[in-house]
Amino acid sequence: MIKVFFYLMAFITLASALVVAAGKNLVRSLFMFFVTLFGLAGLYVLALADFVAVTQIVIYVGGILVLILFAFMLSGKEALNKVSVQADGFISLKNAPALLLAGLFLVIMFNVVFKAQADNLPWVQAAISNQNIMPVNGTGINHIGVNLMTRYLLPFEVISILLMLALVGAAHLSRKPKEDEV
Amino acid sequence: MITLNDFLMVSVVLFCIGLYIILAKRNAIQVLIGIELMLNAAILNLVAFGRFDRANNAGQVFALFAIVLAAATTAVALAIVLNVYRRYKTIDPDQINQLKD
Repeated sequence: MIKVFFYLMAFITLASALVVAAGKNLVRSLFMFFVTLFGLAGLYVLALADFVAVTQIVIYVGGILVLILFAFMLSGKEALNKVSVQADGFISLKNAPALLLAGLFLVIMFNVVFKAQADNLPWVQAAISNQNIMPVNGTGINHIGVNLMTRYLLPFEVISILLMLALVGAAHLSRKPKEDEV
Repeated sequence: MITLNDFLMVSVVLFCIGLYIILAKRNAIQVLIGIELMLNAAILNLVAFGRFDRANNAGQVFALFAIVLAAATTAVALAIVLNVYRRYKTIDPDQINQLKD
């Protein structure tokens, strides 16, 4: 049953990502990216990381996607027209180098995954024998909260400062230029 | 039970789709989407391995950090894209080839 859900989610994720890659219409590819993010959230749930899945939906779908949509709309109609004129299919001579590079990288990474035998890694086997696996009944969130405030407090604070700096910088960059400048 | 290999294979394919989008698209916003796909593939790996670390939650906590970092990156990148569009009237990364005014 879980396997069926996993394959369903993986199929949704990969198929919508392929549509994002192949689509010519930018708006359509943006909305397919939306579907990809939801499929990934489903995969996170199947990996017993429900808190990460909810965070993914809140931040990616609620924040990043809306931000991208706004930037797309603000960057004007000419860009939109040009994108539709550009007319490159998934397989065309112009995209051949990119396709070749991505395909070769895919082959290499598959080789790495099969050689690595991730399920037989010593520390994974040790975790299984020590019962150090995430519980299925959803009590893992308590651990995340405690660990975030004790063991990972320094990275947490650093990343909050970084986020503030980045947002201030983004607001500064996107302000309207004064008339005497530019 | 779903094995680790399954998650790794999904994330490999996702990463390569992101790589293709970055290389092939002629629109800065679509390149940004490709970067997000690659980041998500990495986060999927973190989460999949994080299942075997109940005591410290390293995988899931760093997946959260990576999501926050992606949000910060996107905000700054979109501000830069808007500025580039204001100056060059295009967001094709191939045509933006000078740094000076």
